[in-house]
Amino acid sequence: MSEALLTTGAGVVAPAPGGRLFWRRLRAQRAVTAAAAVFVLLVLVALAAPLLTALEGQDPNAFHPTLVDSASGGVPIGPFGGISGEHWLGVEPQTGRDLFARIVYGARVSLGVAFVATLIQVALGVALGLFAALGGRWADQIVSRVTDVAAALPMLVITLGLLAVAPASIPRPVLITLIIAGLGWFGTSKIVRAGALSLKTLDHVSAARLSGWGTWAIARRELLPALAAPVITYAVLLVPTNVVAEAALSFLGVGIKPPTPSWGQMLTDANTWYQAAPTYLLLPAGLLFITVLSLTVIGEGVRTALDPRAASRLRVGTRKGLKSRKPLRQSPRKSLKEKAS
Amino acid sequence: MTGFTGFLLRRIAGAVFVLLALSVIVYAVFYVAPGNVAQIVCGERCSPQQVALVHDKLRLGDPLYLQYGHFVQGIFAGRDFSSGTGMVHCSTPCLGQSYRTDEQVTDLILGKLPVTGSLVVGAFVLWLLIGVGTGVLSAWKRGGMTERLLTWLTLAGTSTPVFVIGLLLIIILCSTLQWLPFPQYVPFTDNPQQWFWGLLLPWFSLALIESAKYARLTRSSMLETLAEDHVRTFRAYGLTERAVVGRHALRGAVAPVIALSALDAGTMFGSAVLTETLFGIPGIGQQLVQSVRTVDLPVVVGVVLTTGFFVVLANAVADVLYAMADRRVVLS
Amino acid sequence: MTEPLVEVSDLGISFGDVRAVDGLSFALRPGAALGVVGESGSGKSASAYALLGLHRGTGARVTGAIRVAGVDVMAASDSELRSLRGGLAAMVFQDPLSSLDPYYTIGDQIAEVYRVHKGGSRRAARARAVSVLDRVGIPDAARKSRSRPHEFSGGMRQRALIAMALACEPRLLIADEPTTALDVTVQAQILDLLHDLRRETGLGLVLVTHDVGVAAESVDEVLVMRAGREVERGPVGVVLGAPRERYTRALLSAVPRLSPTPPLPETLRGSAPGRDPVDAAGDPPQTPFAPERRSSSNAGRAGGAGEGDSQATAGAGRCGDAGVSDPGSGAGNCASGHARSAAEPEPSEPQSLPTVAGHQAASESHPRRVSGRGGVGEGSEEGGVVLQATGLHKTFGRGRTAFTAVDGVSLAVRRGETLGIVGESGSGKTTLGRMLVGLLRPSAGRVTGTGDVQMVFQDPVSSLNPRRSIGESVADPLRARGERDDSRIRERVGELLQKVGLDPDRYDSYPHEFSGGQRQRVGIARALAAEPTLIVCDEPVSALDVTTQAQVTALLGQLQRELGLALVFVAHDLAVVRQVSDRVAVMRQGRIVEEGEVDVVYGAPKDPYTRQLLAAVPSLDPALAATRRAARRELREASREAAPEEVAVA
Repeated sequence: MSEALLTTGAGVVAPAPGGRLFWRRLRAQRAVTAAAAVFVLLVLVALAAPLLTALEGQDPNAFHPTLVDSASGGVPIGPFGGISGEHWLGVEPQTGRDLFARIVYGARVSLGVAFVATLIQVALGVALGLFAALGGRWADQIVSRVTDVAAALPMLVITLGLLAVAPASIPRPVLITLIIAGLGWFGTSKIVRAGALSLKTLDHVSAARLSGWGTWAIARRELLPALAAPVITYAVLLVPTNVVAEAALSFLGVGIKPPTPSWGQMLTDANTWYQAAPTYLLLPAGLLFITVLSLTVIGEGVRTALDPRAASRLRVGTRKGLKSRKPLRQSPRKSLKEKAS
Repeated sequence: MTGFTGFLLRRIAGAVFVLLALSVIVYAVFYVAPGNVAQIVCGERCSPQQVALVHDKLRLGDPLYLQYGHFVQGIFAGRDFSSGTGMVHCSTPCLGQSYRTDEQVTDLILGKLPVTGSLVVGAFVLWLLIGVGTGVLSAWKRGGMTERLLTWLTLAGTSTPVFVIGLLLIIILCSTLQWLPFPQYVPFTDNPQQWFWGLLLPWFSLALIESAKYARLTRSSMLETLAEDHVRTFRAYGLTERAVVGRHALRGAVAPVIALSALDAGTMFGSAVLTETLFGIPGIGQQLVQSVRTVDLPVVVGVVLTTGFFVVLANAVADVLYAMADRRVVLS
Repeated sequence: MTEPLVEVSDLGISFGDVRAVDGLSFALRPGAALGVVGESGSGKSASAYALLGLHRGTGARVTGAIRVAGVDVMAASDSELRSLRGGLAAMVFQDPLSSLDPYYTIGDQIAEVYRVHKGGSRRAARARAVSVLDRVGIPDAARKSRSRPHEFSGGMRQRALIAMALACEPRLLIADEPTTALDVTVQAQILDLLHDLRRETGLGLVLVTHDVGVAAESVDEVLVMRAGREVERGPVGVVLGAPRERYTRALLSAVPRLSPTPPLPETLRGSAPGRDPVDAAGDPPQTPFAPERRSSSNAGRAGGAGEGDSQATAGAGRCGDAGVSDPGSGAGNCASGHARSAAEPEPSEPQSLPTVAGHQAASESHPRRVSGRGGVGEGSEEGGVVLQATGLHKTFGRGRTAFTAVDGVSLAVRRGETLGIVGESGSGKTTLGRMLVGLLRPSAGRVTGTGDVQMVFQDPVSSLNPRRSIGESVADPLRARGERDDSRIRERVGELLQKVGLDPDRYDSYPHEFSGGQRQRVGIARALAAEPTLIVCDEPVSALDVTTQAQVTALLGQLQRELGLALVFVAHDLAVVRQVSDRVAVMRQGRIVEEGEVDVVYGAPKDPYTRQLLAAVPSLDPALAATRRAARRELREASREAAPEEVAVA
């Protein structure tokens, strides 16, 4: 996943285009525009969940036993899982809870957990990556060892284990967010560390040192602006990973606990109902797919827009004379570890 | 060759270090952090006396380093447990005893390994074939319709959670079209044919996701290699395009991909849990989910360590494979 | 007579809208050698690639006619082209490491190429590979043929690549900057090898290079290119000896030389940078100082009469002389020291009579002067020392992988003088430079100095933060010192930009808007902003084209004169160091093997390594090149073990 950095070759973070050029390049990719529209819509739906359900006049947790056929074990009455003017997307089998309300509230949980987790991951990753790169030999040793060990951890398994022993007093969405974030900052820290280390060798950073700036001033003035591009690219691609992680945990029955709705958890229940009530399965599955796909497309678009070499492909903002004259020394093939992460 | 031996030794030492660190972390997180383990084991409704009994039985009164020492000792030399009636010997490698069933964790896991192994190995073969194949194809047919189609397919593939694709496959192939039987695990030794048919769908669901990732990886690796100077050299020396790509680009491009796939195969022992749950395959993952629900800590710890072991092993194998393909790695 | 080996007429190559080559024509007789010389962007490499039809399928548009060894390259089928490539005409590339497949042994790669063209058994092909490896001077070729490229040193790799080129006995060798990535001693070996091969096999050669000296060493005819077009073409002796075109003359005069007296009538060094027709952008006006300085030294000092032209650069480092030779001007900067010497004739001090233009002959005839100046730190001169390094060591890594980059170096730099540090790659010169400015902490030893020490870096691309305006970069030292007043900062930065010959109003421009030479000027301005007493220049011109090189070195010299700066000039290029330095230290494997006055070290080198280095520098004079080649052969035969390239194989 750290290709964002790797694409620039010798491990050197190449200058990315500035703000306006970046947006132009992003918009030049039609698929990204479409994906962004879809994604904005999803976010709006999640934000406006109470409004939308009020509009529909339903509550996500209200049971409607009358809308399901108790004789068949709880199949929703009516076509397409009981779609009607009152229940826009039908009702849940067995309980008769309104599907539309649960879906939009589920979007809140899915996206909220993913976003907050991503923010924490990036903050932790940037802080620890910089610490490793600039804090001296011991700091680097410690952070690098931790990252090494973390790379060897079966993350899903550990997460499951942690959920087993976590105190029940913590609200489930918060717990899930913290666990996903706590186990997922390594990628960012690796990117930041590698980027900062390679930037540190650049002459303009040496010049800043000779000018008399301290370590953290250099980090702020010389390193962070250059690291923004790879970190943002990575972060955008972290969001869909986190969406899937939350859904997977909930799907396994150890994530978000009912009655709080979440798409992954709806899928678990739907697993047994797909023949009788296909909409119940297809809705969360489809939404999960669309969310992840749109986020991935946006992430790829951001990467392309920030990749200095992609300019010619996009035919936007091509500049001549940017390339260095002297060929850089051939870098050894990128290490496997970098590729793997 | 001494360089290579040295590399190998360094790599093994690194793996041992990671495993030790893992065991400390896992022990700390699962036996120390939760607080009153005896209460958890015994259950919410236990009386203080019962909890105290469990406390003694698990020797939770010992200092932590001693407890950890016993735990590690069990792995390397075996240890004895007091059961209700007497002592039970748990032989090497002993990962402890289930709180719930008193079964030995090692036996439990060994029983599940072939199941998960069947799933992972089959999927591994499939995803390499599909992934590397499409990757090479789309790098070669650059700029055409084929490439665009493959790009979107792989993008869709990487965006689909395995449990979504698995569900859809079941609905379409087993339920609607009825081309395949519903997946059901039959041990290979019982009936190889049923084993194969029962695992076909799980293999494909796992492999489709992974192969999408590998197609992308292979493609970018391939494009990168094709742009390298030595490829230009052989073009300038009159080799056919086929020879240039086949001999001088493919190897460099695919070597890291193969090595990485070894790594993923190791990780898969843990992350196959989703597929196992979805298809009802009684593997390690399913065992873990069940133990998590019942707070059966020794089993949880055992599974975490076992899967961790596979990841570390795969990591080392991947590095060695890579170093064998590209000796320059050894030097750095 | 026979058909030409290469015949190119009206060649044009375009990449998109960019016209890289335009209307180029030339021919090459069988067995002859043509040097295609030009600065970066002149289209020389693109032309070479076109000879083998390598642009086919890349989107480049090629027009005109190309015939190579009887094959019409433009019209040839793919398979005809393939049999031409490597079979009739073979190519040698710039970077020998990346040009070979890391996954296969050298022998297998050569054998593969051989079988493609000549067929035959694997065994025969392998035998052929061993024999060509042996031919290019790889010792123990049979065993070495089983090694992979990374196990070879740089020069060995280039030999292997040449062996691959020879495998099928082609009639033409196309070499694209074959020695650019190599050290000067290795370069000489490779050029000698090419020379011998041509003599023995009658191979035709097209040598593409940016280095006029390399061409002078190796070819019969030269084609000078600029911006995709031919500037001048003719026999090497004529073009280099009596160039017709202004550009050729400018190019030649910009080439730094080992000999202190440039014989050419029109030189860049006497004139100000910026008068140069090639790259006039943003160069400083001629300082009114230089001519005055020249006349004063000519009048007041014994040596140097009639050599005025060479002084602007060579004399650049000399202003220290005034200060040092005049004990009374301890605190005075270069300008004041100099003004005094201009105002009143030099006090008679025969032993410190410095020959400003630095003639070899003069220095040799004044041994006492040498001893007087060479001994840094002698009692009478202690006032001038601005930086002293004692017993510097630097070791990277630990345990078995430890590598000592600098191994016990002591030196002193005095106010207003230029100390050149010259060495090949891996000699530790860059590490030493970084320790002098404090970017690296020495493992042992210490650096003491008076005043601030700044650095000018090698790479004009990475030495400026691409995200910040150049004004902000130059202002860095000011801001770091706590200056907060923006108008004062802008004013000061404007002054500095002007001082280095840039438009003072370009504060808000970004690095990508500048050329490489201009960026180096920005880097110099930034160094000056800290008001240093010493600037360490780490290969400040090695990434620049030769005409730009001359301008930047001239600027450094001029600033030194004006500000009384001390300079440490770290470089691999012996000629550049010769031109700018007062004293020079030759480094090898972390140690200084020889140190002294430039004239002495270059004129009468004592250390065998220095001699070897000097013998390896290509000469612009083809006749001199031939004698040098003979001398090299003797040197090599005399001390085979001293040649690092022949023994050091990783």
